[in-house]
Amino acid sequence: METIKKKRTGPVIFSEYKRGDAIKKAILMTREDILFELKDSKLKGRGGAGFPTSTKWMLTAAAKSDDKFLVCNADEGEPGTFKDRVLLMEYPELVFDGMVVGGYTIGSQKGIVYLRGEYEYLLKPLQDYLEVMRKDNLLGKNIFGKKDFNFDIEIFLGSGAYVCGEETALIESLEGHRGEPRNRPPYPINTGYLGRPTSVNNVETLAAVSHIVVKGGSWFAKFGTDKSSGSKLFSVSGDCEKPGVYELPWGTKISELLKIVEAKNTKAVQIGGASGHCVPKSQFDRTMAYEDVATGGSVMVFNESRDMLHVLKNFMEFFVEESCGQCTPCRMGNVKLLEGVEMIEKGEYTFAHINKLKDLGRTMQMASKCGLGQSSPNPFISILENFNDEIFNAGNGGRNGK
Amino acid sequence: MFVAEKNALSEEIESYVNKYGNDRSALLMILHEIQNKHRHISEFAQQEVARLLNIHPVEVYSVISFFAFLNSNPKGRNLVRICQTISCDMKGKSGLVKAIERELGIKIGETTKDNKFTVEYANCLGLCDMGPAMAINDQVFLQLTPEKAVELLGKVK
Ligand SMILES: Cc1cc2nc3c(=O)[nH]c(=O)nc-3n(C[C@H](O)[C@H](O)[C@H](O)COP(=O)(O)O)c2cc1C
Ligand code: SF4
Ligand code: FES
Repeated sequence: METIKKKRTGPVIFSEYKRGDAIKKAILMTREDILFELKDSKLKGRGGAGFPTSTKWMLTAAAKSDDKFLVCNADEGEPGTFKDRVLLMEYPELVFDGMVVGGYTIGSQKGIVYLRGEYEYLLKPLQDYLEVMRKDNLLGKNIFGKKDFNFDIEIFLGSGAYVCGEETALIESLEGHRGEPRNRPPYPINTGYLGRPTSVNNVETLAAVSHIVVKGGSWFAKFGTDKSSGSKLFSVSGDCEKPGVYELPWGTKISELLKIVEAKNTKAVQIGGASGHCVPKSQFDRTMAYEDVATGGSVMVFNESRDMLHVLKNFMEFFVEESCGQCTPCRMGNVKLLEGVEMIEKGEYTFAHINKLKDLGRTMQMASKCGLGQSSPNPFISILENFNDEIFNAGNGGRNGK
Repeated sequence: MFVAEKNALSEEIESYVNKYGNDRSALLMILHEIQNKHRHISEFAQQEVARLLNIHPVEVYSVISFFAFLNSNPKGRNLVRICQTISCDMKGKSGLVKAIERELGIKIGETTKDNKFTVEYANCLGLCDMGPAMAINDQVFLQLTPEKAVELLGKVK
């Protein structure tokens, strides 16, 4: 893996930052001050669910326990997402400083990075980086001379399970169990790792925290929209000239992003990864924001030449493999949806059956235990509806119907 | 397995337990080390881990069976994983697969007769901007052509 640092520019995450700055500033502040800045920033978690970070940290800070944990979720398994890889590879200072600030704010002495097994090549460089931080007293005991503020970070390697990105499954696997999601409540903020209060935060969320502490919550909130403050890292792949990671303010139109990445003859964009939504050309003036098309940042571009049924099949195969199998709607449902796609592929389907499968999808959205099964029907429903004509009417080389 | 090999494996596992501790939360890191070194976690290794962590061997097996990167049956000395997810698919993953299958004379999912390679599909490796992507053991290779992929395999010991 090459580790050439690209020169990246962006309004928030990729703006100027010096290693240790957030920690230096944070230890001069009270916990409450930090929580106020975060509240002002209106930062929402970048892991997908969009829960306000200030609330999560306030609740974890308030939980009574001598032992608390801060977990950095670097499981990044959503198809089409790779921004956390870029942050860890090129901006570890932002992520780790954010963790130290988090530890200080919630009153934790131990941070854990849950690094997906696929990123094992990052393990050694990150461990080396942590060693340097320890030498400089950015980690360890009495950090920067702040009496009684002790915090250290450990890296834990995942073993190739997408569902372990779900925070309770992540905790199960940290504890040495199968990575099966737990029922919630109780939430990790009370009953997390080893039964202790635990805050699980996405890599990008922690990177944003470092900037917010240094530059202020209101500075951060100036970017983006009212409901979606700040910027977002978008991982762009597929049919375009310039795939890669882009930092853009929330509220950017899909069409603007397509222009930036030089995508031509685009037919559709899958936003939010396999579990996200497929947006057809007619809706490219929609914006990426929590209040419009929400996303953890995966953007996959499809041009006119692509067969959307093939795209859908690829996604459904992914979910069939990655379902943990713990609950029936998801374990059975994804198999049924994949079979449905294969029936359409072979031309052996009835519309009555397909409509039943869409209903099944809606049931899965409601009845599945965790976010995987709740969102895996999204592409099935959105692709079959938005590309109805291509798939059922004209897609077969102009013949009417498959 | 010969007694000497068993003893060596026991000692190795003990060293991991010393490194990560004998709490259950050390389980995955210990399994990871064994998997990396031996490409599988044998029944004997599972029993040893269970004994040292004071849990039932079935618990160890149940965790191994959950994770894609852990397995109890032997695999080839080198593990080749080709990303099958859509962005790499669109950039020509099937070309890589066909070329590798031809060159090694096996189908995806199989192990070569000399036990040198096991070839598998992987889900998104987080390198979608530089696909098609492929991993050989813990190294990743990007923007491959069928020819380049085969050439890389030729360089593996
Ligand atoms: C199936 C599934 C996979 C997930 N994968 C990730 C992931 O890879 N990284 C991540 O940060 N959050 C992931 N999440 C969301 C986490 O459960 C959790 O909400 C998040 O880590 C919280 O961090 P945040 O508040 O900073 O967003 C996943 C959720 C589900 C249901
Ligand atoms: S929804 Fe799917 S992944 Fe989630 S708990 Fe149920 S079976 Fe497991
Ligand atoms: S789709 Fe292949 S690395 Fe993401």
